[in-house]
Amino acid sequence: MSEPLRLQGISASAGYAEGPLFDLDQIAIAYACKENAADEKAALETAIDVATGRLTALINLADGDAADILEFQIAMLGDDALSGPAFAAIASGQPADTAWRQALDVEIAGYETSDQEYFRARAADIRDIRDQVLRALTEDGEVQAPSGAILYGEDIAPTRFLETDWSGGGGIALKAGSTASHVAMLARSRGVPMVVGLGVVGLGNAPANLAGIALLDAEHGGIVLSPSKAEIDAFRQSSSSFSARRDRAGIFLARPAVTRTGIAVRVQVNIADPSDVDGIDIATCDGVGLMRTEFLFGKTLPDEETQYRAYRKVLEWAGEKPVTIRTVDAGGDKPVPGFTVEETNPFLGLRGIRLSLARPEVFRVQIRALLRAAVHGSLKVMFPMIAIVEEYSQAAAMFAEEQAELAARGIAHKMPPLGIMVEVPSVAIAPEAFAEAAFFSIGSNDLTQYVMAAARDNALVVHLNSVRHPAVLRLVAAVTAFGLREEIPVSLCGDAGGDPAAIPSLLEAGLRDLSVAPAQLAMAKAAIADVSIQARPA
Amino acid sequence: MSASAEATVLITHEVGLHARPSVKFTKLAKTFAAEVEIALAANGPWFDAKSIVKVMATKAPKGTVLHIRASGDGANDAVDALVELVRRDFDEGADHVRTA
Repeated sequence: MSEPLRLQGISASAGYAEGPLFDLDQIAIAYACKENAADEKAALETAIDVATGRLTALINLADGDAADILEFQIAMLGDDALSGPAFAAIASGQPADTAWRQALDVEIAGYETSDQEYFRARAADIRDIRDQVLRALTEDGEVQAPSGAILYGEDIAPTRFLETDWSGGGGIALKAGSTASHVAMLARSRGVPMVVGLGVVGLGNAPANLAGIALLDAEHGGIVLSPSKAEIDAFRQSSSSFSARRDRAGIFLARPAVTRTGIAVRVQVNIADPSDVDGIDIATCDGVGLMRTEFLFGKTLPDEETQYRAYRKVLEWAGEKPVTIRTVDAGGDKPVPGFTVEETNPFLGLRGIRLSLARPEVFRVQIRALLRAAVHGSLKVMFPMIAIVEEYSQAAAMFAEEQAELAARGIAHKMPPLGIMVEVPSVAIAPEAFAEAAFFSIGSNDLTQYVMAAARDNALVVHLNSVRHPAVLRLVAAVTAFGLREEIPVSLCGDAGGDPAAIPSLLEAGLRDLSVAPAQLAMAKAAIADVSIQARPA
Repeated sequence: MSASAEATVLITHEVGLHARPSVKFTKLAKTFAAEVEIALAANGPWFDAKSIVKVMATKAPKGTVLHIRASGDGANDAVDALVELVRRDFDEGADHVRTA
């Protein structure tokens, strides 16, 4: 019996999971040949299924052209004419990986030699299919994480998250990782417990720690390997107490959020993809406080129609409730191929509104889509990473220009209120320059990392990255007070808004409008109900 | 009883029988029990219209006269439906005009 080993990290998605540890990093680098042709054939069939499943899962995250390419790739993978030559080669004694590679290379060459550019370009899509299947072939151990397992490793790919069946429980424990990563966002919205930043010390040379049950406490951000009986009992107690709190919170979900002292707080939701709203009952929230648009900009720049449809879908879902859409916030930790630039210090570089203003031809497409979508609901638009008022004026002027253009062409549109994200310290310290903005939305993630000079995706400095540091809270209070004085609505849409531990401090600082991840809605309302702040002096 | 049908249609789609139209074309072909084939010339070679690999491999550009033939149950319906799909530009008219 080995000693219990405790590792401490940061919670990326609250919850508890008890189960076998599954090592994500133990992936066979080379393909392991099978005993006979029948097994080789089975291995290739499985790999094609796995690759198809991955692509299908990605379709839900993709839009427009990206989804079309995925659908094309899935159709190709499902066509016997593609795999036929590979299976024939396997029957004559080839291993599955060689057989597949050679068969696909013939197909790829057929496209590469086309005299039409369009068909030559498809070679990349077929190469991608080839590599997806090869990947599935060489990691056949990886695809079989037992149900309810805790996935443990350096980091985890979004596809990996999406293809895992979480219905039987389980969780994620990462040595590195980030609470702001794409997977962390997915985990929060699906309620999968996740801890990041457990450190590279990890398991060392103690394979015994990998066997048996591990306890993932993603409420406090820790994991215990080879736990003792006492630890298991204590863990189960915390776990059921958490479930009880979560169930109790469920009661609050349907009610408007009110503090213990009777002060109403607006609670909106943050969404990243139009499909996120499918699982949310609009009656449980006060609207959308932040709709990110980077997802639309996944692999390619989305056209006006794709964007228009995505915005319209959310606006129609929200009905009369407001939907605040943030113009594309690419750059920083969210690179977009063909749009963002390589920088040595991306968080301080050409990102957010800076990038949009530097690439007006891309920005104007988004502006037109927003102006057109505005007629379908109560739209508000905000600009990310505003540092000086000229950026706001310039962006607002572009909205006015595009509005005039649409009017001249007789296309239905509406000018939404234009607000700003308050996340660069210059704005939080001197908000008076922005009195003409229609509203402020405090981006607590970025504001905190810029005030504390601690990157939010760096586990080594995560102890510095706290929204509850007095310096950050003082800025939040100052911005809120300024908004109250100037009658500019102020809300907060960072992760802190949904963190029960931070909510009392935020309300204390004067905020009455929070926007949280959908999965945190109930817990946030429950936490608000526990706060005993007094009404503002009149 | 066994039926057979054959028809030709002009491809007017800007980039020809490319990825997205091919997906639609083969999906529609698969809804028919009949054996369906396409060719770029009246005398062949003929390719399985239900295989996206084969359909894409024809690399038929805009302006190609596509030959479609079918035999077996519902052969007529299959040819009619596929001809109609190509004629409708694979339902991608104004909807696919890029604005960006």
